[in-house]
Amino acid sequence: MTALLEIRDLHATVDSAEILRGVSLTVNAGEIHAIMGPNGSGKSTLAKVLAGHPAYTVTGGEVLFRGQNLLELAPDERARSGIFLAFQYPVEIPGVSNSNFLRLAFNQTRESRGQEELDPLEFDELLREKMKLVEMDYSFANRSVNQGFSGGEKKRNEILQMALLEPSVAVLDETDSGLDIDALRVVATAVNALATPENAFVMVTHYQRLLNYIEPHFVHVFAAGRIARSGGKELALELEEKGYESVRAQSGSLAGASEASNG
Amino acid sequence: MSTIESLANREYKYGFTTDIESDVIPRGLSEDTIRLLSAKKDEPEWMLDWRLKAYRRWLEMEEPDWANVDYPKVDFQDIVYYSAPKQKKQLASIDEVDPKLLETFEKLGIPLDEQKRLANVAVDAIFDSVSVATTFRKKLFDAGVIFCSFSEAVREYPELVKKYLGSVVPVSDNYYAALNSAVFTDGSFVYIPPGTRCPMELSTYFRINNQESGQFERTLIVCDEGSYVSYLEGCTAPQFDKNQLHAAVVELVALDNAEIKYATVQNWYAGDEEGRGGIYNFVTKRGKCAGVNSHISWTQVETGSAITWKYPSCILLGDNSVGEFYSVALTNNLQQADTGTKMIHIGKNTKSTIISKGISAGRSKNSYRGLVKMMPKATGSRNYSQCDSMLIGHDCSANTFPYIEVLNESSRVEHEATTSKISEDQIFYFQSRGIPSEEAVSIIINGFCKEVFRELPMEFAVEATRLLSMKLEGTVG
Repeated sequence: MTALLEIRDLHATVDSAEILRGVSLTVNAGEIHAIMGPNGSGKSTLAKVLAGHPAYTVTGGEVLFRGQNLLELAPDERARSGIFLAFQYPVEIPGVSNSNFLRLAFNQTRESRGQEELDPLEFDELLREKMKLVEMDYSFANRSVNQGFSGGEKKRNEILQMALLEPSVAVLDETDSGLDIDALRVVATAVNALATPENAFVMVTHYQRLLNYIEPHFVHVFAAGRIARSGGKELALELEEKGYESVRAQSGSLAGASEASNG
Repeated sequence: MSTIESLANREYKYGFTTDIESDVIPRGLSEDTIRLLSAKKDEPEWMLDWRLKAYRRWLEMEEPDWANVDYPKVDFQDIVYYSAPKQKKQLASIDEVDPKLLETFEKLGIPLDEQKRLANVAVDAIFDSVSVATTFRKKLFDAGVIFCSFSEAVREYPELVKKYLGSVVPVSDNYYAALNSAVFTDGSFVYIPPGTRCPMELSTYFRINNQESGQFERTLIVCDEGSYVSYLEGCTAPQFDKNQLHAAVVELVALDNAEIKYATVQNWYAGDEEGRGGIYNFVTKRGKCAGVNSHISWTQVETGSAITWKYPSCILLGDNSVGEFYSVALTNNLQQADTGTKMIHIGKNTKSTIISKGISAGRSKNSYRGLVKMMPKATGSRNYSQCDSMLIGHDCSANTFPYIEVLNESSRVEHEATTSKISEDQIFYFQSRGIPSEEAVSIIINGFCKEVFRELPMEFAVEATRLLSMKLEGTVG
């Protein structure tokens, strides 16, 4: 079986500083992966590199998405082919209504999948349904994208977009940080509702807390730009107990550890 | 910010030249030039006298240099002041217009012949110095509306012209207005009789074709008591390496309870990426709300010209009159714009609104300059101004120069200004949702300009949106 996403020895720099130093990870359909690790270890960089953020330069390795070279695609092509990034800090776009933005994104994706576009009325119906899922008030549809939204509302808006676009691989970049417990529950409920045997989730997170709500199949620990350890759910609990120091101490001697991911 | 790059502008679509035999007078400016062009136009004596008076006044004036723009001095002796396509003297119908001219306007998206013409928009087409055709004349005439070329108005409706010409922009108002008054060649004239709602949109389309000529047109719109008109002006010019001068004057007069909506989509040739060529657009536009409850609204979308120097203004003379200015000014490459408005409140309880959106890209320079003046007797008057600037890239600049003078106690003036930038992260956000970057820029810009676009007649709002996206193509990428 072909993996959904295959990352092989990925190296990437920002402003000529190397942040990713040989990340390898395989994600199959139906899987939920958690990526943990201390600040500055490269977790969020991996998320942005997968989505194609222009500030990052890939200097080595490859990423295959359904067997195709992902890195040669423009960010919008990646998105249309089924990669989704939920941003840690979603930007505000004044003057552009949330519903217009969502409909445009939705229809672009539909079009590229050879599906018919929805007209504004049909889309509105779907939007209302999905907004219920993430417990967002309909008034947010008419506001400018993320403008004046609280941190939690912005994150919900990200999950709303994910629910609409139905990606094959969703990368959630610290979606849980800054969320109160209610918002966290909403995000988790939505992810659990959206998870199917055909898609996969990669959740970048600082805290074990999220994993109480969304049970990952695999947990990976980042240190110094690569995966230092991989394991099951119990690894997250171990980290919670011992902290990242234990992993950091090992990472020097675990140069090849990232090769030993799940596969 | 690696992907927000300097500009690869799409080619100017209207840069072609029409090869047509023209009646051109020698370049240079003197009283003889004015006599010659007045004679060519078969003008009455009073018109020639008016011109000569303006010319003598102009000779005493100095070219203004206060605008935030730089350019080499214009050599007024190096300009051709009259250039007209040769055609048969009296045309009985549009079918007799030179096919080359019809073809030119069709290429510009302004079909003039009976079958293809724009539905519900009457067009006066001006080519270099003369009006070549005016559509829907019969229909308008039946409604009592006068819509014709300025030259024709001078011949057919001298009393109206004499009464209102120069009544809003006096001959000596400013340097370019004085020049225009001396050498203006053609333009449009509109008169809406009392109690009449003009049954269709009126529009003038200006085309400069001759490389050596300047264009000096004159537009006069008079809305009599209780009448209404919506008017749209469009402009394009071929692509030449040489700068060309366009110095127009537009005067609007609204009597009691009358309303004039005047919109411009200006797309003169802007010069190339290195700033070679392009139109100098030095224009005086002013409306007088002469009557009570009268209403004048200016909407402009300025995308072309190498240099724009333009302040469509309102004199709010009648009590309770309303003046509005909605503007989008986009500059790219080496374009420079110094544009804004003046709202002069004279009558009681007068109201004005200014919404200005400046978008700068490339190495361009975009300034808003506006004056709001509340005269002592303009009690209870109000103004609201909002000036927003958006920057694309790092090498452009945006400035705001608001002047506010309030000479009575009971009037209120509000001014808000913002500056924003399209960030790479915003573009990336769109992209990460499957929306290509060019489209992202255009959506952001449209969001930025929507308060202005909704003031345009619908067909033109679509056109303006398309035009802005085209002008910004390649600015982000």
